[in-house]
Amino acid sequence: IVCWQSVSVWSVAGRMEMTVSKFMAIQQALQPDWFQCLSDGEVSCKEAASIKRVRKSVDRSLLFLDNCLRLQEESEVLQKSVIIGVIEGGDVMEERLRSARETAKRPVGGFLLDGFQGNPTTLETRLCLLSSVTAELPEDKPRLISGIGRPDEVLKCIERGVDLFESFFPYQVTERGGALTFSFDYQLNTEEILLQQNGTQEEIKCVDQIKKMEITGCNQEITSFEINLKEKMYQEDFNPLVRGCSCYCCKNHTRAYIHHLLVTNELLAGVLLMMHNFEHYFGFFHSIREALKNDKLAQLKELIHRQAS
Amino acid sequence: MAHVVPTVKMAGVATQASLESAPRIMRLVAECSRSRARAGELRLPHGTVATPVFMPVGTQATMKGITTEQLDALGCRICLGNTYHLGLRPGPELIQKANGLHGFMNWPHNLLTDSGGFQMVSLVSLSEVTEEGVRFRSPYDGSETLLSPEKSVQIQNALGSDIIMQLDDVVSSTVTGPRVEEAMYRSIRWLDRCIAAHQQPDKQNLFAIIQGGLDADLRATCLEEMTKRDVPGFAIGGLSGGESKSQFWRMVALSTSRLPKDKPRYLMGVGYATDLVVCVALGCDMFDCVFPTRTARFGSALVPTGNLQLRRKVFEKDFGPINPECTCPTCQKHSRAFLHALLHSDNTAALHHLTVHNIAYQLQLMSAVRTSIVEKRFPDFVRDFMGTMYGDPTLCPTWATDALASVGITLG
Repeated sequence: IVCWQSVSVWSVAGRMEMTVSKFMAIQQALQPDWFQCLSDGEVSCKEAASIKRVRKSVDRSLLFLDNCLRLQEESEVLQKSVIIGVIEGGDVMEERLRSARETAKRPVGGFLLDGFQGNPTTLETRLCLLSSVTAELPEDKPRLISGIGRPDEVLKCIERGVDLFESFFPYQVTERGGALTFSFDYQLNTEEILLQQNGTQEEIKCVDQIKKMEITGCNQEITSFEINLKEKMYQEDFNPLVRGCSCYCCKNHTRAYIHHLLVTNELLAGVLLMMHNFEHYFGFFHSIREALKNDKLAQLKELIHRQAS
Repeated sequence: MAHVVPTVKMAGVATQASLESAPRIMRLVAECSRSRARAGELRLPHGTVATPVFMPVGTQATMKGITTEQLDALGCRICLGNTYHLGLRPGPELIQKANGLHGFMNWPHNLLTDSGGFQMVSLVSLSEVTEEGVRFRSPYDGSETLLSPEKSVQIQNALGSDIIMQLDDVVSSTVTGPRVEEAMYRSIRWLDRCIAAHQQPDKQNLFAIIQGGLDADLRATCLEEMTKRDVPGFAIGGLSGGESKSQFWRMVALSTSRLPKDKPRYLMGVGYATDLVVCVALGCDMFDCVFPTRTARFGSALVPTGNLQLRRKVFEKDFGPINPECTCPTCQKHSRAFLHALLHSDNTAALHHLTVHNIAYQLQLMSAVRTSIVEKRFPDFVRDFMGTMYGDPTLCPTWATDALASVGITLG
């Protein structure tokens, strides 16, 4: 629930009406390096928001931003902290552009593009919007986006001027017993990549077939960038999650062991999988940076898209 | 250096000569001149273990959320796995393919597996005991398994643990009557069957388990019989259930008085700090218990004065560590306030931190006990310990005072 004075949030302690002053008081206590400004992002939660509502989201967000900036100026403690302006505007191009232009006029340290999260199809339809928004933003300030985590979607956003990604993707993979195995090493050839992921050539052929047969069906969000360690086929697989990965899990444990931990509901499963998924995901971003430096983004993109189901 | 235990070619009774010549895995380093406390070293295939020792319990090939690297860093050199659970999931064949339990969970130090006997008591509604063995109904798929002495040893041989336990006929310590006697004699027969079935006596040390419930005569009989068998070590079983502490300590004391000095004494299921200290005084060397790891998962941190229930509001703004004297990573890095906040969040982080701390507490306690024995000041250590725990040594529980007095240690 958002109004001109506040954004309401719900926590274990109940409902809290987050006014600008309350919000800034919290920032003063936290002393963050960067913080995302209070904004009205409610339109992204609604199915079909009216133009009027979308317009309001932009106006309110700008009002919140101006008030926060004013309070920041008055706060000694927050002099070192940087405010990130939030671009709103739902799916209305005109409003998105207005939000971008107006926010860019303020002395913010960077921009967060809100409202682009959702399922893969919704991102596709918003890609044009995304390009138009980033085109309005200064080159020398970072652009953040939240809720985008799938490797193929990440690349699409990077191509359209996004620099930082905040999402739960690696964590969600871990929570469903998955391990990221997609390849991002665009220097390797196809065979080497598959070897790294799955082991022998014979196994590769079986993997795809079995995958289609045995997916338990309870989790449709499983991506093609990961393997599901709960599957029976990993019961006797003594390979690491990803050959060549230098994370703690891959250096010390096998797929069979992780499978056992998941089947027996042991806490250690999540610990080990999270370590791997972070390392793998960070490795992906490292490869993006390298690809950009060496002008090989197209190759990386091709590799990733080949692995997207 | 790995220690070789000779093959037992015959089941059962060893001659006096072979008893004297059988190599020992236990080396005594120091003995308390007042009590029965001893400090020693266990020479096991995966390294030396200093005793007295507390062994954390990692039931299903994992120590509840902490990695083997963390466990190693805490100084743990032996921990437990559970034959019943591992026998069901993932099963001995798979573990054998994975290079044994050590290979499967990637633990470089020692492992002790229990036989599955305790599950007879803890899962009593799912089990049925006959001379043949224990018949279990699996809670997972309703299928039946027969855990016989032979089967238990077979599974433990596949697991490859450094110390394996005989399958014993376990009755709850609150049971009285002829069942206790039956279980005691059957345990002796099952010990002989385990010894006969054991395929790897040079790699795995089979321990006997003294039964007899709370009956001194039955215990004495069991002790007399089992000590005739040439096993590398003895466990004191059938206690640490619902019995009174007064009966408990008397059975422990009786057992240690009749067990050979040059073999380790493993008191099963004992883990509260006070119990550990008292039972060391009574002559026990090895202990295991789920208590420290279990209580961690309920938000309770072990400290020299008892425990801290960190979920309580009183810790909300307490920015000190759990214990400023503790050297564990949790106490080095985190405050009570932080752990309190974590305990009220929706993730499991606090449980991991507390598990690390509680294991560290137990290991540090045993280490301090050992040092005091070696430095010939164990009785003073006990007095200090009780003073810290209960405010004054004289406020220590009666059973503990009595037990300590029985071995020459007076409090206050």
